[in-house]
Amino acid sequence: METAFLIEKTALVLVLFILTLTIAAYSTWAERKVAAWLQDRVGPNRAGIFGLLQPLADGGKMFFKEEIIPSGANKYLFVAGPSLALLVSFLGSAVLPFGDTIEIFGRTVPLQVTDINVGVLYIFGVVSLGVYGIMIGGWASNNKYSLMGAIRGASQNISYEIAMGLSIIALLLVTNSLSFKEIAAQQHGWHWNVLVQPLGFLIFLVCAFAETNRVPFDLPECETELIGGYQTEYSAFKMGAYMFAEYINMFVSSAVMAVLYFGGYNYPGMDAVNAMLGPTWGPLVGVAVMFIKIIAFIFFFMWVRWTVPRFRYDQLMDLGWKVLIPLAIANIVITAIVITVVDKL
Amino acid sequence: MIMESLSGRKKVLEQKPMNFWERMYLPAIFKGMAITFMHMFKKKETIHYPEQEREFSENWRGMHSLKRDEQGRERCTACGLCALSCPAEAITMIAAEREKGEEHLYREEKYAAVYEINMLRCIFCGLCEEACPKEAIYLDGPIVPADYLRKDFIYGKDKLVEMPITELEALKGATV
Repeated sequence: METAFLIEKTALVLVLFILTLTIAAYSTWAERKVAAWLQDRVGPNRAGIFGLLQPLADGGKMFFKEEIIPSGANKYLFVAGPSLALLVSFLGSAVLPFGDTIEIFGRTVPLQVTDINVGVLYIFGVVSLGVYGIMIGGWASNNKYSLMGAIRGASQNISYEIAMGLSIIALLLVTNSLSFKEIAAQQHGWHWNVLVQPLGFLIFLVCAFAETNRVPFDLPECETELIGGYQTEYSAFKMGAYMFAEYINMFVSSAVMAVLYFGGYNYPGMDAVNAMLGPTWGPLVGVAVMFIKIIAFIFFFMWVRWTVPRFRYDQLMDLGWKVLIPLAIANIVITAIVITVVDKL
Repeated sequence: MIMESLSGRKKVLEQKPMNFWERMYLPAIFKGMAITFMHMFKKKETIHYPEQEREFSENWRGMHSLKRDEQGRERCTACGLCALSCPAEAITMIAAEREKGEEHLYREEKYAAVYEINMLRCIFCGLCEEACPKEAIYLDGPIVPADYLRKDFIYGKDKLVEMPITELEALKGATV
């Protein structure tokens, strides 16, 4: 293995890691700002201009608060819970293409940490691992509220993974590939998958809300009924780790939706822009477009959070099992029929 | 028997089962999201407190001040009526007799050597103001500021007594 390749990958990993951390940190700030705007308030504005130093202040607070481990808790698992949640949330972005191949210092570099040919399956594996952080943390706390939250989290994630997987199957019928790189490349220009799979996207979006435990599906946390759910006993940095994991999950699922359904780094008129700016700057515009899409999705997550009330638990299960799964199956059947008919013609 | 509406404003709501469109949830969610989105561009109600202050009404009761008369002498004679009227027992004082040569400081023969109000006890009811026969105490000050220690909330004469007229004029002269 040549050194240049190692340097290239290390740089990519580092940039992606720092970027993920920054975006997650500023998501906490953006969440409070968006909440304030939607409620006719101003939001954090004391730390730095527009409150831009707020994430630093919050981080400092998280570090210096007292760490409490309940006496009845399983100490080993109590620490393992948030660590696992944070670790797993970082894994997802490794297979996502954040841009097209770029020519830099005479080398052609794909803006993707690794392109495994089963990228979509990998993402699914990582997403299902995410629930272990919640389950372990909630169980190890030795608290009934935490346990309730953990149970809810587990059953909710398992239920919605089915509908999510089924909505992806319909997409795979269209793309014929499990590799994110190919899926992104297929959507050149304006051929975005959302135009062929609008229902599939809607199902995927709803499931993404459930998988990231965001309102209206934040039943594992649910501060009004379960006083914080699986987070009840957590304090200081461990609590911060859970919160951070949630925001990183939001970032990753936004990126996944952008790549799978909204063309990733593709945008109408990209050929003209690429021809004008050359092979170095052209793809960078694509990266910027990708991040605009991601940020738009993150804003959408927040916008929904501050608009829609929480589902009741039985309504959540009804929606998952009786509505989304039949819809996703119908979507697969329709897609398959249409593809067969179009192929025969 | 169905109760008759006495006010005539009773509205009978028809509770029909939801139709297909309503059961889809999505239209209602989009409607709600449009409403919240429009709120982003509304005028913010926030008053940025330390920089801006809300306008107070004429009879708003804030921090107490002990008044002086036209010649700059303290009006308070330490009669104790304010302490007696105080429902929260926030006021304490120690009286002293005016010495010769102090006529320019205190209006009457008796004055309050120590006058303390515990701002944590005070409920800002204004009864001390009403009880005072000498018009010596008024709750016409600003908001009592926050502090870190309980002992710092016991305000003595240094914080309560009005600034002497001469000093006030000197201050005005300096700023003009």
